[in-house]
Amino acid sequence: MASKVEGWKDEVYGEEVRDHLFRFAEEGWSAIPDEEHDAWFERFKWWGLYHQRKGQESYFMMRIGTPNGRMTPEQLRVVGEIARDYATGPVDNPEFGDAYCDWTTRQSIQMHWIQLQDIPEIFEKLEAHDLSTIQACGDSWRNIVGSPMAGRDADEHIDAWPVIKELNETFKGNDDHSNLPRKWKVAVTGDTRGSGQAEINDLGFEPATKDGRRGFNVTVGGGLSRKEPRFARDIDVFVTPETLPDVAGGLSALFRDNGDRDDRFNARIKFLVDEWGTEKLRRVLQEEYVDFELPSAGEDLREGYTYNSGRSDETGDYVGVHDQVDGQNFVGLSVLVGRMGAEDVIELADLAEEYGSELVGLTQRQNIVVADIADEDLDEFLAEDLLENYSPDPHPFMRGSVACTGTEYCSLSIVETKNRMVRYARWLKDNVELPEGLTDFHIHLSGCTASCAQPQIADISLRGMKTRKNGEPVEAFDIGLGGGLGENPQFADWVEMRVAADEVPGYIENLLGIYEERRDEGESFREFIARHTDDELNGLAEPEETSYEDPYLGNTKLTWYPYADDSDMDAAPTPADD
Amino acid sequence: MTTSVHQLDDGAWLSVNDSREVNVSDLWWLARQDFCDCEMADFLAEGFVEIGVDHPDVEGRVAGQCIACGESGVTDWLTLGRVVDPDEGEFYAVDPTSVHVPERRRRLARPAES
Repeated sequence: MASKVEGWKDEVYGEEVRDHLFRFAEEGWSAIPDEEHDAWFERFKWWGLYHQRKGQESYFMMRIGTPNGRMTPEQLRVVGEIARDYATGPVDNPEFGDAYCDWTTRQSIQMHWIQLQDIPEIFEKLEAHDLSTIQACGDSWRNIVGSPMAGRDADEHIDAWPVIKELNETFKGNDDHSNLPRKWKVAVTGDTRGSGQAEINDLGFEPATKDGRRGFNVTVGGGLSRKEPRFARDIDVFVTPETLPDVAGGLSALFRDNGDRDDRFNARIKFLVDEWGTEKLRRVLQEEYVDFELPSAGEDLREGYTYNSGRSDETGDYVGVHDQVDGQNFVGLSVLVGRMGAEDVIELADLAEEYGSELVGLTQRQNIVVADIADEDLDEFLAEDLLENYSPDPHPFMRGSVACTGTEYCSLSIVETKNRMVRYARWLKDNVELPEGLTDFHIHLSGCTASCAQPQIADISLRGMKTRKNGEPVEAFDIGLGGGLGENPQFADWVEMRVAADEVPGYIENLLGIYEERRDEGESFREFIARHTDDELNGLAEPEETSYEDPYLGNTKLTWYPYADDSDMDAAPTPADD
Repeated sequence: MTTSVHQLDDGAWLSVNDSREVNVSDLWWLARQDFCDCEMADFLAEGFVEIGVDHPDVEGRVAGQCIACGESGVTDWLTLGRVVDPDEGEFYAVDPTSVHVPERRRRLARPAES
């Protein structure tokens, strides 16, 4: 029996949802019939709108999909202005103020506190600048990810931007692919860093060479959610930029026709790959979905990958100053947990334009990159005041911190995330001496098993949990170690379970002390973890209370908003008719 | 009026008549349970897997973990609350912090609506 969501999708889904959305916007929140809330909120996702959690009724998170995270400075300014003008909630966030943008781990943009009546105006502003929320959430082609600096990065195998643009144009608003069994995440990596992180996507294209031709190998069925992490599996197919769209469309159609529409928990293509195996998947693709002979895979470039790779010799994360193919530079700026104040976004857009940049890009590490800075302007650009907060040369604890949305807005999350990660990073920076030579250290903090902060592929993986302290429930984390991508991708081993949130910084301090003491010469943190057995890792370091103070230790989910003076659920600014 | 029940947003919450009633992330005390070896499981609800109605109870099977012993999995059917008068539709949630007894269903029950 098809799931309830499938029933709602059968009635109305895809582009037509927009007309209804605009009607509701005009008539007001109360025009959405009470008994149809769930159906409409599910459908609104297709247009990038996600109803915020309990206690925040009538407010929406809005996601804008920017392929490869790319924008012009002008587009960035529009994003900042929309955040400033429409994304202000009833209460300020103590770390980030009243209006901000979140750069996500899939190179998209999220804003909160969006109200229904403002949506037509927001869409008009976005679309006037070639931006859109289309399919940013929901069961279809999501934002395509890859190198934000494609075509400019000197460390590039092939410029994938033209084919990514083609995919975006072909599969956004395409009726044949607009209603899939579940989300469909696609990564196309053309650089030699491996920055697309194709390994954790439903469909991945990894740089490869075959018979002297540059192109991509195809992988299917990656994903991290629900304690069921999978690396995308190699289906032994090589594509060129010319054949890539046909294969991508074929696989999307194969998923549309064969994915599980009865059970949403089993619907992602990773489960179909588990069931079928790669040989059957390839055979069905060949026989039913493409009309040319699929070549076998080419030679990959994994050995040279540097992005989130845990190497001690190179960090491929775009932060800092890097060469472009045209002799100019791109400058990657660290944005702690990916959250940037609206005014800062506007200021950065102005700066980028002032320096002649035609491109800014978001990375999967929640950072932002400004391209096209000439050699002669570089010193001046690097000395701009704004770069004190968004540094091109950040402390490793700032540089490596990634966090999801958390209980501030998200229904699924078990714990507070972004503000806590900010406090962790600051405390670690102020209190923990870095082991010599440690320049890159990734802490990914995710509020739950949905894994939006990609916790399984970090040096330190934090996944939201609960525990009791003196009998009282407190927010906590499971701690994993040793995950990352690169030549040999590895999911973290979960080694310390249910550690109270205020004991996590002490654990990290203790662990880094042990690493410094026992590491071999030149051994990266990830390599150090990899040479230990699971048994050795369990209890390797002790969680410990320190001078770190955690203001969010109680149950932030019981509040309507964790940072409100009166945060009690009964104090929620709920619409009168709700 | 029929009572509409379902889980939504990847099992983040139980909806009753299109209103978000029970959320994940609470701790539930479970007694007489097969979920783990603890006498009482201190169960963290991480996701609603299946929802059903056994009038007047709204029940669910919930994915999560006992934070005392670490066992994780899916519970048997737990009463999440009641709709005493389906015409009125008001949902009365149980208090997660009291003690609950999961039950194996004696009959097949997968009514999306009752």
